[in-house]
Amino acid sequence: MFRTLRIFFTSSLVKGIVGQYVAWALGYGFIAMLRSFRGQPTPWLFEPAIAFGALVSVLGFLLAAGVLTDWLKWIVGKRTPLAHGVPAGKPEWSRYFNVDYNHKVIGIQYGVTSLLVLLVGGLFAIIFRIELAHPGMQWLTNDQFNTLFSAHGIVMIASILLGVGAMVNYLVPLMIGASDMAFPRLNAFSFWVTIPSVTLILTGMAVGGWDTGWVGYSTLSLRAPLGIVLFLLGFWVNGFSSIASSLNMLVTATTMRAKGMTLFRMPIVVWGAAAASIIQLTATQTVGVALTLTVAERVLGLNFFDPSGGGNPILYQHLFWFYSHPVVYVFVLPGLAVISELLPVFVRKPLFGYRWVALSSLGIGLVGFLVWAHHMFTSGMADALRMPFMFSTMMVAVPTGVKFFSWVATMWEGKIPRNPPTPLLFVFGAISIFLIGGVTGPILGTIPTDLHLHDSYWIVGHFHATMFGGYIFPFFAALYYWYPKISGRMYKESLGKLHFWLMLPAFWVMSIGQMSVGLLGMRRRVADYDPALGITTTQLLVTLSALVIGWSVLIMIYNFISSARSQTAADINPWRSRSPEWQIPSPVPEFNYSVPFEVVGEPYDYGLADSIYTRDLVPAPSGD
Amino acid sequence: MGRVKHFITIIILVALSTVGLRFLFEYIFALPIAASAEAGPIDTLFNFHYWMIAFLFSLIMVLMIYSIFVFRRADGDETDGPHIHGNKKLEIGWTIVPTIVVLGVGIFGAITLNEITRPKEGEMVVDVIGKQWIWSFKYPEQNDIASGELVLPINRTIVLKMNAEDVIHSFWVPEFRVKQDLVPGRETTLRITPTMAGNFRLRCAEICGLNHTLMEADVRVVSAEEFQAWVDEKSAAPAFADMTPEQRGAYWAGAEGFGCINCHSQDGTPSVGPTWKGLYGHEVQLGDGSTVPADDQYILTAIHDPNAQVVTGFNPNIMPQNYLDQFTTREQEIGTAEAFDLDIAADIIAFIKTLQ
Repeated sequence: MFRTLRIFFTSSLVKGIVGQYVAWALGYGFIAMLRSFRGQPTPWLFEPAIAFGALVSVLGFLLAAGVLTDWLKWIVGKRTPLAHGVPAGKPEWSRYFNVDYNHKVIGIQYGVTSLLVLLVGGLFAIIFRIELAHPGMQWLTNDQFNTLFSAHGIVMIASILLGVGAMVNYLVPLMIGASDMAFPRLNAFSFWVTIPSVTLILTGMAVGGWDTGWVGYSTLSLRAPLGIVLFLLGFWVNGFSSIASSLNMLVTATTMRAKGMTLFRMPIVVWGAAAASIIQLTATQTVGVALTLTVAERVLGLNFFDPSGGGNPILYQHLFWFYSHPVVYVFVLPGLAVISELLPVFVRKPLFGYRWVALSSLGIGLVGFLVWAHHMFTSGMADALRMPFMFSTMMVAVPTGVKFFSWVATMWEGKIPRNPPTPLLFVFGAISIFLIGGVTGPILGTIPTDLHLHDSYWIVGHFHATMFGGYIFPFFAALYYWYPKISGRMYKESLGKLHFWLMLPAFWVMSIGQMSVGLLGMRRRVADYDPALGITTTQLLVTLSALVIGWSVLIMIYNFISSARSQTAADINPWRSRSPEWQIPSPVPEFNYSVPFEVVGEPYDYGLADSIYTRDLVPAPSGD
Repeated sequence: MGRVKHFITIIILVALSTVGLRFLFEYIFALPIAASAEAGPIDTLFNFHYWMIAFLFSLIMVLMIYSIFVFRRADGDETDGPHIHGNKKLEIGWTIVPTIVVLGVGIFGAITLNEITRPKEGEMVVDVIGKQWIWSFKYPEQNDIASGELVLPINRTIVLKMNAEDVIHSFWVPEFRVKQDLVPGRETTLRITPTMAGNFRLRCAEICGLNHTLMEADVRVVSAEEFQAWVDEKSAAPAFADMTPEQRGAYWAGAEGFGCINCHSQDGTPSVGPTWKGLYGHEVQLGDGSTVPADDQYILTAIHDPNAQVVTGFNPNIMPQNYLDQFTTREQEIGTAEAFDLDIAADIIAFIKTLQ
């Protein structure tokens, strides 16, 4: 017990968090010292000192956690070997609390952190949903409500990015036959830098919160309480993770594929991850600029957005949405790829139109860059600007439609299990919910109807459907599907089904309810509403559904924890998949494949007798 | 069952489901009453979208659920399905046809947008000012009268010229269907043509800080005669010179003045700022622990430099710090119009004194 505590309290995680707050205090003290030289007192929670301390704190976390150790040694000319396996004399679990360079460990770190952050963000939602269950203010103030919904947005986005990181890190090297990612240290950095990012945001809630939503529009952001600076900086720091991990993923998928794995023989998950990574690598910087300028305007008094000093508040929106629209495709493309990966396995048929599905991911990514201003249809843009964005927005429906048609064509005449296992249920659920999100999109794309729906709860319903259908349901499908691969144990099917049958109907009610109240005049981001709108019953239904969703997710987490302790090993390939990761033992050995494989067939050739996807690469006979 | 039978069944099911869903949408996706001319073409577009939503949702869901039930694997059947890789004609088809459809919908949207935004005959301009967390309106064509409620004549196109003083707000009356942000530093425009007399509610649709939820105003659509009567009544309001300082103070504190009462209640209920009831002449507890008497000097400081003496339990940086400048501007305007020297701050203090 004592040893366990000692190992925990000397882990990178604990050292990092302690280091972060120590560095924060030092940074704060440094500004206070500079001011004292000029004879100025520094009040408690002085914003520039908080902001400077926050920046230093991120460095403090990374240094104390040991994320930068190897690189610092390289700079002074020392060489460091890449550590492998469990550190000597430490238990297996300690790897997950320490800086580790194995992509599977990092994948699990991403996944567990993602679920924890998901629970935090979900709790925020439940708290303010209870407030909204009934008209009138029940148990929150406007102030608390604003902070909670703002934090819910950004915390959930952090969770989704972590979850995408989990899928990409764990699956991509396995699926392409690599032993690890191309840059293991950068990979560890990408994960660990998200921790101070999340702590900054949560600390921001504690020091006054903020009231701008996750979008942080100027000029409200310039007048918001102190917490906004930590939200902006936390968001900004998270960008480093996105940029570094996407670069790493693209290099890995480009240079480390198994022999014979041509582009159109890659598993579809790799396509989805690649399209998402291209977006992350190229768009994250613009939101970084928007956040930097806002912090500079608040803290340093520079002027970019405030019109009273010659700034332009609309500029912020352009910079912000140029990233924040494409980023929704970062969330959904890996999720949609999971649907495309799992369907052929379960219906025992090839993925219909594999090339079209693969290229539609790139298509969505490309069109996604040209539609950002549809978030600004009511911001006062000239019609000559609104119109082109209306047409480009409508075009998103085309590659998205390709995916839906390909999925139903894959199912058509397939051998669909009579009693679908949990991952397949979640795939069906994902398709139905992403469909709700998809079909409720064009009505927002045409400007005249958007003028009514903009900033209403219709939007809330629409994007929760795209996020749940494009990310949450596929992510849960992936967790159930690869759980036996990751843990070597099988989850409890009955609990998995219970989770699904609670969450699917609850989500339908929630999402459609949100859209319904939005049409009748319910605005986004309000703490209260007029009972005269006639939406009270629906609001109560939405809140109840949110509670059911919350409980069902807890069932999943209980399922995973309790099943991990099961004594019976799972089958090596319980889903009869052709994919290479299912041909090796579970959990996967440290270096993945003891013998490299080569690709000799198509990935999804189910139903073609005697076809194989991969075979062990037998070393050529030595000698001559 | 042969493919032809499958397809006939699918077509029938999709048709039934589409009609059924569209019928259901009348209830679950009901729109508020349409009270403007703009709502007409917009609701036509809504109707078209509802049919499209019903059809697309039915198409995919019927195909999926049909497959799940009809193509179920027999118990113990471990064989694979047919090896069908794809079908080039189908794939090209479901790329080209949706492209044409969405472009068509885009054109439909563009025509509708043009209809609702183009200038109409006999327009009337109303200025809309949004600030945290209050709406006010001015009628430049009606003697520049100011109002805290939006009163509009029926069947006349109103051009709302909108300005925000602090942060972005958004003008939305659901019954009118259209929405437009108010952006600091630029004037935005929205056209509405009310077609139904009655009372509506304007609510801010863009998060604008602490009391965004409460940023509302009454909208009243009346006949042309009633509108003229309202204008006459407003125009005949007594000159400021004829009012007592207390009456003027109440006016300044209201929505047509500077909207103080939006954050400072007159009846003792706590709000964004301290209540004005029982304020004057009493000790005020400040955030730093000290107390000050609420006299003229204290109130003047609170208006001029709101962060100097923040009352305990309230947050700094919420109240705008330029009220004295706004007062000066207004005093000069009225001074020019009525040849009367005003002291708005003194009027407000006089009004606060009455709230005991």
